[in-house]
Amino acid sequence: MNITILIILLAGMVVSAAACVMMRNLLHAAIMLAITSAILAVAMFVLNAPLAGVFELSVCAGLITVIFVSAISMTKTYTKEELKIKSRVRLKRFAFLPVVLIVVFVVLCAFIWPHLDASLQAAGIAQAGSNVQDTIWNKRQIDLLGQIIIILAGVFGVVIFFKESEKK
Amino acid sequence: MPLYYLAIPLIAVIALNLAFKEMGKKISFWVTAAVALLQMGLSVAAVILCAQTGSALKGQFFTSISIDFLSAVVLLTIGLIAFVSIVMARVMDRENIFNFANLLLLCMLGMNGITMVTDLFSLYVFIEVTSAASFILIAIHRDKAELEGSFKYYMLSAIATVLMLTAIAFIFMLAGDTGFGAVRKYIDGLGGAFPFQIVIAFMLFTAGLSIKAGLVPFHGWVPDAYSASSSPVSVLLAGIVTKVSGVYTLMRVYRDVFGSSPAVGHVLMILGLLSIFIGALAAIGQKDFKRMLAYSSISQIGYIIIGIATGSPLGFIGALLHFFNHADFKSLLFVDSAAIEMQTGKRDMNEMGGLASKMPSTGASSILAFLSTAGIPPLSGFWSKFMIILAVWAVSKAAASLALLASLITLAYFLVMQRKVFFGKTAEGMQDVKEAPRGIVAVEWLLSAITVILGVLFPLVLIYLKGIGLI
Repeated sequence: MNITILIILLAGMVVSAAACVMMRNLLHAAIMLAITSAILAVAMFVLNAPLAGVFELSVCAGLITVIFVSAISMTKTYTKEELKIKSRVRLKRFAFLPVVLIVVFVVLCAFIWPHLDASLQAAGIAQAGSNVQDTIWNKRQIDLLGQIIIILAGVFGVVIFFKESEKK
Repeated sequence: MPLYYLAIPLIAVIALNLAFKEMGKKISFWVTAAVALLQMGLSVAAVILCAQTGSALKGQFFTSISIDFLSAVVLLTIGLIAFVSIVMARVMDRENIFNFANLLLLCMLGMNGITMVTDLFSLYVFIEVTSAASFILIAIHRDKAELEGSFKYYMLSAIATVLMLTAIAFIFMLAGDTGFGAVRKYIDGLGGAFPFQIVIAFMLFTAGLSIKAGLVPFHGWVPDAYSASSSPVSVLLAGIVTKVSGVYTLMRVYRDVFGSSPAVGHVLMILGLLSIFIGALAAIGQKDFKRMLAYSSISQIGYIIIGIATGSPLGFIGALLHFFNHADFKSLLFVDSAAIEMQTGKRDMNEMGGLASKMPSTGASSILAFLSTAGIPPLSGFWSKFMIILAVWAVSKAAASLALLASLITLAYFLVMQRKVFFGKTAEGMQDVKEAPRGIVAVEWLLSAITVILGVLFPLVLIYLKGIGLI
């Protein structure tokens, strides 16, 4: 396992996740979220855990709908003046974020990672031999059903929050 | 049988939306009420079957789901509260009944899934299903307060999700599986020498589920979500959603995965006692009826948690019965508050008074519900609290005394509520207030009857439970 690549991937994931939260444009935020998910899936692949990668993608596919609905329902279009004020407030609010991220990163690399490394390898090896197709269709059908229901709930969210407000 | 609990609501949702779209809007209430009643009927059969055979009912097709006595009681509670909620929605929010019915069915699907799965990852998936449907239900009218309540719930749920997923990842790393049985086998094999990942997983899981259950100090979202949402949604949230997502999952995870141990017991006992006291003390200071009930819920959920914390069969069955009883009487109190809000347009208790003569059914059912909450015999709430306190007494006399003392606080804030709302002089502008519509009154009497009948017949229930070896 190449720890350097993994750390770079995880750092990239944190940056894209933070960007996703801070983006004002919803489409950009969605793209950043997709990038976050993709990097995480790659990280899981690097960790020799393709099964976990598949779960990451499938869970996100279900959750994304709900996240979009919630995010869009909380937004409105600001005027330029409002936008300036908001940006200033936002910058102040998130000023501490880089420091927190660096501290978390150092703590993870220095203290937590050495303990986890062996376990991660063991977990990766344990599931490396398992067949993804068999796992999804034979062992975890119930999770697939759950994800279908989450998507259904997301669809209702879209209908309630958007289609009906357009009618009004 | 377990498959029915997933198939029936799913078929109902599909049928309402695809097969009979126009007709679906007209029949959405009847279909959802029928699904809820069917679930209650199936669950009564499941409770009896599980109690008599002592084994779990296995699922067909989905092999990782099963129903044991604990699941059966929870499924029964889900059916009951879903029925109450849909009846309320028909009376109070007929315009949105189609969307409400669909989301309620999806929420039921999520809760039924949580109740039946035997795998930590599947448990997480169905918690998300329930949460997703709940976020939309809370904000169904898109009011500012509703959106704010939904957003707070959403944000804290996201934190809970991260905590739970991390815990599941740690467990998977070591045990190589996420099934309850496999993880339990791994933990038993450790012989008490837990690696630090398992300790962290336990802490993260407890924190995540405590957020879902609204336990102190993770309760920040509860008063806002309960008070901001419409009344049928408040009943659903307070009656069952938080209990299944947080409390049932705690019961299941600590019984079937981590197992009872003194360390686990101490953590849960502290969380439970904190919730009992802080919830009760915060309830005293509330003016808003629904916020007071929200804090009271936090306090009552604390009792369920200390029952689980004892690790004894008596404490566990007491917790399970209090789970059902609390769903019943707290839903009743939320129905009463909804009836009052509907008829007077107010929720501030200081602006009310003398409503007992104007709304006799609501007043009487409110008295029954608060006496049951405070643990006054012979109502159902007394028996479950009594069992919990007996079980806690065997473990820690101090904790049992504190729990008893908190019961007095519960009695105090409910007496204040009764005096302000129902007794005394009729408040200004409330001379012409009338009783709530028939649908609401019917629900009030249904829930009151359960509280009284279950309370009176409880000794027989205890004899039955003892006979089959559950206590």
